Amino acid sequence: MSVMAEGHEATEAARARKFGSLYSRNASAVVSRGLMATRSSNWLVMASGFLEPVLFLVSMGVGLGSIVGPVQGPSGQEISYAAYIAPALLAVSAMNGAIYDSTWNVFFKMNFAKLYQGMLYTSLGPLDVAMGEIFLALLRGLLYATGFTAVMGMMGLLTTPWALLMMPASVLIAFGFASFGMGVTSFMKTFQQMDWVNFFLLPMFLFSATFYPLSVYPEPIQWLVQAMPLWHGVELLRQISVGSFGPATVVHIGYYLVMILVGILLTTGRLRALFLK
Amino acid sequence: MKPDVVIAAHKLTKKYGDLAAVDGISFEVSAGESFGLLGPNGAGKSTTMKMIGGVSQRTSGQLSIMGLDPESHGPEVRAHLGVVPQQDNLDEELKVRENLLVYGRYFGLPLSYLRPKADELLEFAQLTEKAKSRVDDLSGGMKRRLTIARSLINEPRILLLDEPTTGLDPQARHILWDRLFRLKEQGVTLILTTHYMDEAEQLCDRLIVVDKGRIMAEGSPSSLIREHSTREVLELRFGSERNTRIGAELQGIGERLETLPDRVLIYADDGEAALEQVTARGLHPLTSLVRRSSLEDVFLRLTGRSLVD
Amino acid sequence: MRVFRGYAMSILLYSVGMPVAYLFAMGVGLATLVDANQAAAFGGVSYLAFIAPALLVSAAVMTSSGEFSYPVMAGFKWRRTYYGPHASPLVPQQIAVGHIMAVTLRLLFQSAAYLGIMALFGASPSPWGWVSIPVATLSGLAFGLPLMAYSASLKQDKGQFALVQRFIVTPLFLFSGTFFPLDTLPLAVRWIGWISPVWHGTELGRVFSYGYDEDPLLTIGHVVFLLACAGVGWTLTQRCFVRRMGT
Ligand SMILES: Nc1ncnc2c1ncn2[C@@H]1O[C@H](COP(=O)(O)OP(=O)(O)OP(=O)(O)O)[C@@H](O)[C@H]1O
Ligand SMILES: [Mg+2]
Repeated sequence: MSVMAEGHEATEAARARKFGSLYSRNASAVVSRGLMATRSSNWLVMASGFLEPVLFLVSMGVGLGSIVGPVQGPSGQEISYAAYIAPALLAVSAMNGAIYDSTWNVFFKMNFAKLYQGMLYTSLGPLDVAMGEIFLALLRGLLYATGFTAVMGMMGLLTTPWALLMMPASVLIAFGFASFGMGVTSFMKTFQQMDWVNFFLLPMFLFSATFYPLSVYPEPIQWLVQAMPLWHGVELLRQISVGSFGPATVVHIGYYLVMILVGILLTTGRLRALFLK
Repeated sequence: MKPDVVIAAHKLTKKYGDLAAVDGISFEVSAGESFGLLGPNGAGKSTTMKMIGGVSQRTSGQLSIMGLDPESHGPEVRAHLGVVPQQDNLDEELKVRENLLVYGRYFGLPLSYLRPKADELLEFAQLTEKAKSRVDDLSGGMKRRLTIARSLINEPRILLLDEPTTGLDPQARHILWDRLFRLKEQGVTLILTTHYMDEAEQLCDRLIVVDKGRIMAEGSPSSLIREHSTREVLELRFGSERNTRIGAELQGIGERLETLPDRVLIYADDGEAALEQVTARGLHPLTSLVRRSSLEDVFLRLTGRSLVD
Repeated sequence: MRVFRGYAMSILLYSVGMPVAYLFAMGVGLATLVDANQAAAFGGVSYLAFIAPALLVSAAVMTSSGEFSYPVMAGFKWRRTYYGPHASPLVPQQIAVGHIMAVTLRLLFQSAAYLGIMALFGASPSPWGWVSIPVATLSGLAFGLPLMAYSASLKQDKGQFALVQRFIVTPLFLFSGTFFPLDTLPLAVRWIGWISPVWHGTELGRVFSYGYDEDPLLTIGHVVFLLACAGVGWTLTQRCFVRRMGT
C-alpha cells in the first residue's frame, strides 16, 4: 500500500509541473526514447550512414584524384584532390543526415508509425517532440562527423589541429538543415511531395563547389550557388580543414546562425500544423 | 458551470473540408461519472475523443477539460488524461516493458515510480511473461491490452477509451471491466466509445447516441430504452427470402415494425401477445423470440442502422 | 501499372532533371579540372563523353534498385497490389512479370530521355549511341532482378533496403569505372567493378556511344555477364513469388 501512496505523490508531482501551451520542458524524454530505440535497432544501418561519405572520399579522392592531381586550396596553396573534397563531403553528409532525420523520418513516424500520435497523447507538447528529434539528429550527425574525421586522419588528410573543429562545425550545418527541414515537412501531405526534397538536395550537392571550384561557372550562376546553404557549409569546412580563416568564415557561420533561427521560427510556427491535425 | 463538471463541450465542431465530422455537439461530464458515446461507423466518436485529448484542433465551439482549454493547455490537460486510442499506437521499436517506462517518462514521471508501476500494469494486462518481447511479436489482443495498461501509467483522473475492448477475448474483456469499475470507484472519470451494447449498459452511467456528428439522444441506458423503445421485442425469422416481403402482412401488430435483412422486429409492450396476433393471421415464422428491449433497439430506432456492421 | 501514374511527375523529373544536373556538374564542371590536367587518360575523348554512358547506366541501375526493393516488399505487405491480382486467376509468375515489364518500360523511357539529353550536350558522338538504351535497361535488370528475388523474400523492412543502398548500390556506383577508368584504382577495390553490372554496362555503353576501343571478346563477355545476372535473378524471383503466394 505504501507503494501506492508514494506512487500517488509521484503522479501528483508530475501534474504540478509548469506547462507551456506546446511545451512541457520534457524534450529529454523524447531523447532517451530515441537512444533506447537505437539500442535495439540494427547497428549495421547506423554504421552504414557513416560509410557513404567515406566511399565517396575513397572513390573520388583516390580514383579521380590520381587523374586530377593537386588542386588549389582555400588559402591558395596546392592540396591533394582528396583533401579538397573531404570537407565538402562531410558538409554534404551533415546536410543529408539532418534532412533525412527531419523530413523523411519525421514524416514516416508521423503518418505511418503513428509514433508521435502516441507521444502527443501524453503531457508532451509538440515542441518537446520537435526539440527531442532535432537533438537526436544532431547527436547522430556528431557521431558520423567524428567517424569521418577519423578516416580523414587515417588517410593523412588532416594537416592542422584546426581541422578537429570540423566536427562541431558540421553539427552547426546539420542544425541549420534539420530545423529548416522540419518546418518544411509540416507542409507535406504525401510521399510524392516528400520526393521534392530530393529535387532540391541533389543539385545542391552537385553544384555547391563540392567537386570543383566555383570559378568554373559564369558569374550569375556563381551568385546563385553562393545563395545556397550547402555552399556556405562546404566553404566553412574547407577553411577549417586547412586552418585558414578570413572574413568569409564569419559570413558562413552567420549564414547558418540565421538559418537555424529562421528554421526554428518556422518550425515552431508550424508545430500545430505538423503534429496536431 | 457546476463545480464538479470535468468536461464541458459546447457546440463542438470539427470539419474536414466540407465534411462536418462533429457537428455542434454539447455535453457535460461530471467527475467520477462514466460517460459513453454510441454511434455507427463514421459518427464522429473518435474525432470527439481526439479533440478532448487536444491532439485534434476543433473548427469551432468551446471545450474545457478540468477548466482548461485542451488546445491552449494541451500538455497540462493531458497530464490528467489516460488515452486508449481506437488504433493501437505502441512504439514498435521498443520492447513491451520499455513501452510502459518510456510512456511514463513522457509524463515526466521518475523511474523509481515507473519501475514498480510498469510491473503492476504488466500483471494486470497479463503480459508479465512478454515483458521483454518485441511489440511486433504480440497478438492483436495483447497489443490492445498493452495499450490499455499504458494509458494507466500516470494514474489518470480522466480515462478516454475509444473502443477499448475491440479485439479482446471474453476473459480479457471481463478483467478490463472489473478494473474500470474499480477505477470508477476511486473517482476516475471514464469516457468510453463502444460498439458492444452490453459494455455500454454495464459501464456507462450516461451516454449520448451520435450520428453524422450530431447528438440523437442522451440519457442513462435504462431511460433511453424506456424513451425510445417498447418494453419487449418480438424477433421473427421467416427465412431470408420472405423477411422483407412479409412486412406488409404484419402491419398493425405492436407499436412499430422494423424489417432487417435477416429478421423482422416487432416492438410491443407484450411480446407474447404480439406473437399470438401473428399466428392468428396465419403466418408461421421459422423461429420466434421474445426479449426485453436493449440499447441495440434504441440505436436502431435512432440511427436506422444496426450497431455492429 | 496504374500505380505508376501518380509518380509520372517525379519520374519525369528523375529522368530529365537528374541527367541534366549530373551531366552538367560532372561532364562540364568537373571536366574543367580533369581535362585541364590530362586529356589522354580517357582514350582521347572529352571527359563529358567518357562519363556520359556511365551516368546513363548508373541511373538505370539506381532506378531499378528503387523499383525492385521497397515496392516489391510493400506489394506483399501493405498495398497488397500483388495479392489483389492474385485473387483473380493470375499465377505468381505473371504477377512478377507484370512488375518487371512495368519497370522495364520505365527504364527504357528513362534511358531514351537520358540519351536525348546526352545528345544535346554533344556527349554521344557515335551513330550507334542508341544501343545504349537497351544496354542501360539490361544493366538495370541485371542488377534489379536478383534484388527483386531478395525483396520478395523479405517480410519486413528492418533497414535492409537502406543497407542495400549503402553497401551495394553506392559502392557499385562509385567503384565501377564511372568517373575514372577502373584501372586507376588499386587492385584491392578493382574487383568491385568486375562483378558489377554497372561496370559491364558502362563499358558496353562506351563502346557504342563513342566507339571505345575494346577487345571484342571482352565486349561479348559484358553482354553474357549481364544476361546471366538477369537470368539468375529471374529464376530466383519466380521461386520466391511462388513460395510466398503458395500456388
Ligand atoms: N483525418 C481525417 N481526414 C478526413 N476525414 C476524417 C479524418 N478523420 C476522420 N474523418 C471523417 O470524419 C468522420 C468521423 O470519423 P470518426 O473516426 O470520428 O468516426 P467514428 O465515430 O469514430 O467511427 P468508427 O465507429 O468507425 O470508429 C468520418 O466520416 C471520417 O471519414
Ligand atoms: Mg472511431
